[in-house]
Amino acid sequence: MTQLAGPTDPAADARWPDVKPRKGFFTDTSICIGCKACQVACKEWNHNPRVGDLELLGSSYDNTGSLGASTWRHVAFIEQGRERIEQARESGRALVDLGMPGVGAPKTADPVPDTAPPDTPEFRWLMSSDVCKHCTHAGCLDVCPTGALFRTEFGTVVVQADVCNGCGTCVAGCPFGVIERRRDGTAAPKGKRGERKGEQPDVPNLGVAQKCTLCYDRLVDDQTPACAKTCPTTSIKYGDHVDLVALARERVAELHDQGRTEARLYGANELDGVGGTGSVFLLLDEPEVYGLPPDPRVPTADLPQMYKLAGLAAGGMIAAAVLSFLGRRP
Amino acid sequence: MTTSEYDSLRPPESAGRGRRSGRHRRRTGPGGADGSREMPMVPEVEFTSYYGRPVVKPAPWGPEIAGYLFLGGVAGGSGLLAAGAQLTGQETLRRNCRLAAITAVGLGAVALVHDLGRPERFLNMLRTFKLTSPMSVGSWILSAFSAGAGVAAAAEVDRMTGERLPLGPLRRVLRAVEGPAGLEAAAFAPLLAVYTAVLLGDTSTPTWNAAHEELPFVFASSASLAASGLAMVTTPVAETAPARRLAVLGVIGDLLATRIMHRRMDPVAAEPLHEGRAGQMLRLSEALAVAGGIGTLLGGRRRGVAVASGLALVAASALTRFGIFEAGIHSAKDPRYTIEPQKRRLAARRAAGATDDSITTAG
Repeated sequence: MTQLAGPTDPAADARWPDVKPRKGFFTDTSICIGCKACQVACKEWNHNPRVGDLELLGSSYDNTGSLGASTWRHVAFIEQGRERIEQARESGRALVDLGMPGVGAPKTADPVPDTAPPDTPEFRWLMSSDVCKHCTHAGCLDVCPTGALFRTEFGTVVVQADVCNGCGTCVAGCPFGVIERRRDGTAAPKGKRGERKGEQPDVPNLGVAQKCTLCYDRLVDDQTPACAKTCPTTSIKYGDHVDLVALARERVAELHDQGRTEARLYGANELDGVGGTGSVFLLLDEPEVYGLPPDPRVPTADLPQMYKLAGLAAGGMIAAAVLSFLGRRP
Repeated sequence: MTTSEYDSLRPPESAGRGRRSGRHRRRTGPGGADGSREMPMVPEVEFTSYYGRPVVKPAPWGPEIAGYLFLGGVAGGSGLLAAGAQLTGQETLRRNCRLAAITAVGLGAVALVHDLGRPERFLNMLRTFKLTSPMSVGSWILSAFSAGAGVAAAAEVDRMTGERLPLGPLRRVLRAVEGPAGLEAAAFAPLLAVYTAVLLGDTSTPTWNAAHEELPFVFASSASLAASGLAMVTTPVAETAPARRLAVLGVIGDLLATRIMHRRMDPVAAEPLHEGRAGQMLRLSEALAVAGGIGTLLGGRRRGVAVASGLALVAASALTRFGIFEAGIHSAKDPRYTIEPQKRRLAARRAAGATDDSITTAG
């Protein structure tokens, strides 16, 4: 059995004979402009079908809502006023004061392009491109009964659509709500005005769990994933996980130097509940503001204990049955 | 959200602006106003979310899965009772429990396959054996149990039909293996009854995950009382003394385990177990379990009372499973149940001095 929790190299832990350097994303939300080019590029490259009927959700410029079976990149929009900005700055400062794993990246002070976010104390827009975290300990992968989900040589997590039987366990297993079983939406009653606008091609991989593959098909050919390739501001960066984490730490230190204590990293700590994530984020507020869980924990970390307790309960059931049959006959 | 200079003149916005209208704050539940629950001794957490959208996704499971949780329990308990009856020579009880076991496990398997996204690929469940996946372990337990229970039940059917099954020389083989097959099924029976608790506990669904330590005991008790209740319905009282005893033990275990579970869970994650339809089902389940247990204890030797009590117990078990299933699905759909307990446990760890294990870091 592979390691269930704690820091590790996931590809080596999955016993790949030829482990490649772990790949991942660093999504720097401080320079995201919310153009959604990543969402489009992802859909195009992966042939992901349309979801829903192009409704407006009434949540700022976000009409996608969340990650899902056919949405592997999702750009979140959050509008905040002065009070929330101050709170974010305060909660970030509290993190700094906590003396978190002070991996002191040497502060580089070379005056290169100005990437300072505009200082607008009354109002700001947070934009963040969310994606599968490709966890070191992936809840979805652990609980998959068929082996359809697997760990690649790059340390990422991918579904084999031709093996998955759509049992849905992975959907509940993911602490981030990323993976989903794909439906085609035809089950909904038709005939309503505006339903199913336009001709749509057949939906591939119906009834099967689907999520970001970190463009596994591109990776094996040494290509950059579609979203990172298309990102016009380099908010989405792709590369070796080690380099990306170092880069993320440099960037957050840079922002702190500018007095932007609201900047913080998400997923860069290998001691967290999922052993660190392959996709690292730089956020400008608490994770739950972006719809991310504040303290995710891979449920399988507790599985050995659960098996022990289940064994105890099963033993108790046998004992009760034995007791019942040994009791004197009435 | 505007930033006009007249903002200060605006009346304060009402708290109940609806769930989709942006980031909203809610108090933690006020605790059991009826005194049935302790007041949560935890600080109030300010709750923020992304437009009220869920953080985790609910399992895409229909009522088939809740039904399977119940049927698997009935099958497991019946397998155990059948083996006991087999060893103590109570033939009617043995026959009825064997038939109950194979019927329940058969229906349960059909429900499981029907709920798959790609039912035609159900055999992929046995493509590998994976210890980290309770679903994989459970599929093998289900298969192993069904094999033994199937052989044992086939022998019973053959006897009931006056040896009219076209078995030929295989009849002697069947007679020889039915005993060992019944015992083999019994070995897997308790595992079949409790593995589903691990299946639910090993998810990121807040209410199920928060109950992962106590759920196996709830499910084992619920399975015991359901199978015993069914035996009391199907079998004359002369042979159901063991079933009655197991039923009473099951009821005691069920009440105890459920109470301990409610007390130990995070108060917010436990809320869906008390509220809405799930809360109704679980309250009714408890009432039926108590009624069935008392009926069994006081009047279990009278056929009419035994049947009524047995039915109450079977219904209690079904309601337990459907209630817990529904509470979990509900908890995944509301971000509050994910975010609040997580924020609280993170704050508790920080207060205890662990500052190096947060997913959010300053650098």
